[in-house]
Amino acid sequence: MPQPLVKVVDLKKYFPVKGVFRVKGWVRAVDGVSFEIMKGQTLGLVGESGCGKTTVGKLVLRLLEPTSGEVYYNGENIYKLKGSKLKEFRRKAQMVFQDPYSSLNPRMTVFDIIYEPVKVYKLKVSDPEKFIVDLLYKVGLNESHLYRYPHEFSGGQRQRIAIARILALNPEFIVLDEPTSALDVSVQAQILNLLKDLQAKYNLTYLFISHDLGVVRYMSDWIAVMYLGQIVEFGPAEEVFEKPLHPYTKALFSAIPIPDPELTRKREKLKAPGEPPSPINPPPGCRFHPRCPFRMDKCSREEPEMIMVEDKHWVKCHLYTKK
Amino acid sequence: MECQPIIEVKDLYVNFYTYAGIVKAIDGVSFKICRGETYCLVGETGCGKSVTARSLTRLVPPPGRIEKGVILYYPEPGGKPINIMELSEEELRKIRGSEISYVFQDPNTSLDPLYTIGYQIAETMHAHGTVASIKEGIRKAVHILKMVLMPDPETRVKNYPHELSGGMKQRAVIGTSLSNNPKLLIADEPTTALDATVQDQIMDLLRKLRRDRNLTILLITHNMGLVAEMCDRVAVMYAGRIVEEADVYELFNNPLHPYTKALLRAVPNPLKRVEKLESIPGTVPNLIYPPPGCRFHPRCPMVMEICREKRPPEINVKPGHRVACWLYAEKRGE
Ligand SMILES: Nc1ncnc2c1ncn2[C@@H]1O[C@H](COP(=O)(O)OP(=O)(O)OP(=O)(O)O)[C@@H](O)[C@H]1O
Ligand SMILES: Nc1ncnc2c1ncn2[C@@H]1O[C@H](COP(=O)(O)OP(=O)(O)OP(=O)(O)O)[C@@H](O)[C@H]1O
Ligand code: SF4
Ligand SMILES: [Mg+2]
Ligand SMILES: [Mg+2]
Repeated sequence: MPQPLVKVVDLKKYFPVKGVFRVKGWVRAVDGVSFEIMKGQTLGLVGESGCGKTTVGKLVLRLLEPTSGEVYYNGENIYKLKGSKLKEFRRKAQMVFQDPYSSLNPRMTVFDIIYEPVKVYKLKVSDPEKFIVDLLYKVGLNESHLYRYPHEFSGGQRQRIAIARILALNPEFIVLDEPTSALDVSVQAQILNLLKDLQAKYNLTYLFISHDLGVVRYMSDWIAVMYLGQIVEFGPAEEVFEKPLHPYTKALFSAIPIPDPELTRKREKLKAPGEPPSPINPPPGCRFHPRCPFRMDKCSREEPEMIMVEDKHWVKCHLYTKK
Repeated sequence: MECQPIIEVKDLYVNFYTYAGIVKAIDGVSFKICRGETYCLVGETGCGKSVTARSLTRLVPPPGRIEKGVILYYPEPGGKPINIMELSEEELRKIRGSEISYVFQDPNTSLDPLYTIGYQIAETMHAHGTVASIKEGIRKAVHILKMVLMPDPETRVKNYPHELSGGMKQRAVIGTSLSNNPKLLIADEPTTALDATVQDQIMDLLRKLRRDRNLTILLITHNMGLVAEMCDRVAVMYAGRIVEEADVYELFNNPLHPYTKALLRAVPNPLKRVEKLESIPGTVPNLIYPPPGCRFHPRCPMVMEICREKRPPEINVKPGHRVACWLYAEKRGE
């Protein structure tokens, strides 16, 4: 059996809700999340605003310390790494953020932006300018962009610069947090194709976070669907899209308008009334039960286990637990 | 169904006079919206959707200016039109917010945090004389909140905006917009700030209002999925111009303009497995120095000599389907 590059075990992150004198409660942003990503593959993490996607992304890179749980990278617990090993992990595991406007220093030229991390990690580069021009070509830019500032670039070009900056470090694993949500469709397609090409060329592993299901399907080998801090469904991308099992997954898929008027108007839709409740006091039992059209008695009492229903297709719902 | 226009825009030009130069934001836009339909303006950031929508009641903010154009509003089916361009501010205010009303993207900018939503709905009605007093307005507000399917309207009417979720706020905004019984509702990206399941609920609501009240809707979006789901007819905008207009089925099944074709192939469809998305090279042009001729020509795979020089005419390829592209001109150069 090949070993996963990233293995996440029962990860939790609670943020304190501060009152005047004491902590009033906890935001259960991530509440018992487990998954694996094989080398060279993409796991797509989907879910609505506030369900905990970014928090998961930051936890697996150790940009946040967890409340409990483990993340293994190449078999090593990242929260126990120290010294040169931690530094090596920080180089190999990187993040691309949603906002291409705030993630680049406005006072630095493209050259400096890309070269800075190279200096921080003391990588050996004999000809910096050639090194950076090569990187610019890899992301579809060129030498004419070297000494320009971020404000001179469009959103899509800035995202290319952010990607070049990461490629400079020769990474293995990249968390892409909504990397194209701020971009127009025509530019989004350019960036998605670039990310796919780079992955194929350098055998990169991606955790791809998005609320756009079309984008996620296009990019991912595996899908994890999150609701209120938990993964409710996990499986091979094609399986999950063709045969969604969890009622929330079905409702989410139904709610996405499809760019095809015949298809989108005649398909069957599963409606979930209301809106996701607060992660401060999540509903007991199955967290989706107040909105679930298939709710049964035990759904409000017992939390369902994550079970494998078909080959590698997992779901957290009482409809699938055996009597 | 025969088209009875409610709004007709002819040859609209809007410029913004900025420090960097004159932004030619809307450059000769013409279209009409038929009574009872949902008409969509779709296009990418900065193509002029919002400015067009705001122009309909001359709501263009400075440094913007409507340079040219005719905007006809037909209050009654088949009746005589009013030229919006010729109205006084006073007369315009009477139409805005009552006969033609708006819903914008961010509900937080439309709601005043200091007043309850019931008060805000009452105030809008009172300002247009729909109710005699605020008190009567607040009573009516409960019915309006019911109509927009607000959960627990009797309680919610007394809530301040911060006590509501994003979806509930947008319902309150839609309620406010409907409070004076408008004939045309202009919804400018009304769900872009909301989650998918909430967006779907709001779209259900718009469909219901359209059906129950014979409301005409102008829906502005950059989401091709929403266009497919909601609209009867669609205009695709690019860099301040309408490049194609058609019935929604026709547009998706038989797109003609190179930009529309490329746009449709660049949108990932969650119901289909796609091996390779097609992307459009380059980015949208700067509208201070827009490209001459066809504004899409620098990115167009089909570009010809004439495209670089002359603005393409609007060609009616078949009834109801028009396209502004030289590829479809019979005698090029005319
Ligand atoms: N530093 C923090 N302190 C307190 N609460 C936080 C913090 N960061 C995130 N949260 C809360 O944790 C929950 C999950 O947030 P997170 O940003 O991970 O969601 P998300 O799925 O990425 O959402 P979005 O799609 O809006 O980006 C939210 O309720 C959020 O308010
Ligand atoms: N206040 C302003 N000052 C200067 N230029 C403006 C102003 N408002 C709009 N513009 C310009 O007018 C053009 C059309 O803008 P508009 O807001 O209509 O675009 P849009 O299609 O609604 O885009 P979005 O999808 O981002 O809302 C843009 O190129 C924009 O730069
Ligand atoms: S007019 Fe020319 S450049 Fe413009 S879309 Fe048509 S073919 Fe392309
Ligand atoms: Mg996030
Ligand atoms: Mg707009």
